[in-house]
Amino acid sequence: MFDVKKIKKDFPIFENYKRETGRDLVFLDSAASSQTPKVVVDAMDDYYFKYRSNIHRSAYNIGEQATNSYEDARKTAAEFINADTNEIIFTNGATDSSNMLIYALEKKIEWKEGDEVVTTILEHHSNLLPLQEMAKRNGVKFRHFEMAPDFNIDYGNLDGLINEKTRIVSMTLASNVTGAITDVKRVSEAAHKRGAIVIVDATKAAGHMLVDVKSLDCDFLFFSGHKICGPTGIGILYGKYDILNKMPTSSFGGGTVEDVTMEEAKYSDAPFRFEAGTPNIAGVIGLGAAIKYLEAVGVENARKHTQDLVAYAIKKLSTISGVKIICERDHLKNIGIVSFVVDGVHPHDVGEILNRHHVAVRGGHHCAIPLMKALGVSAISRASFYIYNEESDIDALAEGIEEAIKIFS
Amino acid sequence: MDEELYRQNILEHYKEPHNKRIILDATMEGKGKNANCGDLITFYLKVDGDVVTDVSFVGVGCAVSQAAASMLTDKVKGKTINELKAIAPGDVYNMLGVQISPGRVDCALLGYKAMSQALLGSQAANL
Repeated sequence: MFDVKKIKKDFPIFENYKRETGRDLVFLDSAASSQTPKVVVDAMDDYYFKYRSNIHRSAYNIGEQATNSYEDARKTAAEFINADTNEIIFTNGATDSSNMLIYALEKKIEWKEGDEVVTTILEHHSNLLPLQEMAKRNGVKFRHFEMAPDFNIDYGNLDGLINEKTRIVSMTLASNVTGAITDVKRVSEAAHKRGAIVIVDATKAAGHMLVDVKSLDCDFLFFSGHKICGPTGIGILYGKYDILNKMPTSSFGGGTVEDVTMEEAKYSDAPFRFEAGTPNIAGVIGLGAAIKYLEAVGVENARKHTQDLVAYAIKKLSTISGVKIICERDHLKNIGIVSFVVDGVHPHDVGEILNRHHVAVRGGHHCAIPLMKALGVSAISRASFYIYNEESDIDALAEGIEEAIKIFS
Repeated sequence: MDEELYRQNILEHYKEPHNKRIILDATMEGKGKNANCGDLITFYLKVDGDVVTDVSFVGVGCAVSQAAASMLTDKVKGKTINELKAIAPGDVYNMLGVQISPGRVDCALLGYKAMSQALLGSQAANL
């Protein structure tokens, strides 16, 4: 049985907040950053206090222990998305992954006149902007899937958008605003038929649903650690080994080479070629611990739990007059996000009033300005759910919204 | 509940903002954008000689940004350009009359930013 009360105890912030404020923290902003279970910080503490040393070079015991922990985390991350260990690159986060990847592909692909890349209107700026800039630099046509009425993407134009000229298709697996889970498989099938490379932004989806790079049939996939109970400043870039190992790196330095002369360098195979310098060792170890924690909870259990919360939230918020829900309404197709606008009350004001109820939601453009424009709003309020949320959190949310409406009426 | 931020005067300015319209023959125009939420205010000034004869703003935003911009238009009408340039962020906070938390500073100063932009434009034109 999924026991939220028990899970909540794994996250010290809830107890600490209560001690500090005398109130329960209603944290509905996990889509921005999740909370950290104690086991994650313990794992990082162990590294810092018991065996801190650099990796991949030390002959002494604690150095070996550090290397083993680091590489164990790579194995854990690989299994988490059904990849091979050498297909996992550790990065600073999803944004870093995205930039690194696009740079490498830009160098790798021999661009021809008329080439096209395709993305979607749902994208977070971290996936959108590196691709947009790369397209501009190379005179590549930049195309995108529009939004459908259910706040997913409109697949109607699939064959028009993806054609013989398409070189890259890059899309999110789940929207960080509408919660819609996209049909990556359908798109990747069409893309691969035309020889295009498929990139998946799994930042919102990872840790909330099972992510399997083989069943998605993507060439690249990335996500951040901090949205899956891991530390900040760490992320993953997955790449199919055959392609990955042929790609150039954008950051050069220690740990990336087999041999160097004063004239040139021979670089190591992936993934080591892509991890220049001393990496975020504690972050990697923390991420490994976070993934193990989530696997113990069960990603499928987490999925079911947040689906239930989405259904409850939609039901609850639908009863408040003046609230317009803007999200995927089928909870089975929603990653765990209910966004909304309140008539006559700006999202900043909604957030401020909710904060007085100790309810944390995000209000703003959610780094998805093109999507805001498509939705016809400048900003939106977003409640997002994870394993430590319960129905009472949504009751508190509804109460706060009603208070906001009262103040502004 | 102890209502600090959403005091009656702020809510009144928000619901019925003063001078919220476009001045088609404005002498100066400036924009203020809050990168955090995408809110945008455009500030218009019509100047006769050195004196502001008409002022207005348009845009969307939260109660704080809208009320502050509305109050600012009331304050600057009839003033000289130099008097406008002397207005400081502290004056905007005083007009609002409430404690502005660090998270709401950009909201409170959105109209002020747009006005400052308009004044900068006028300076450039004078050069």
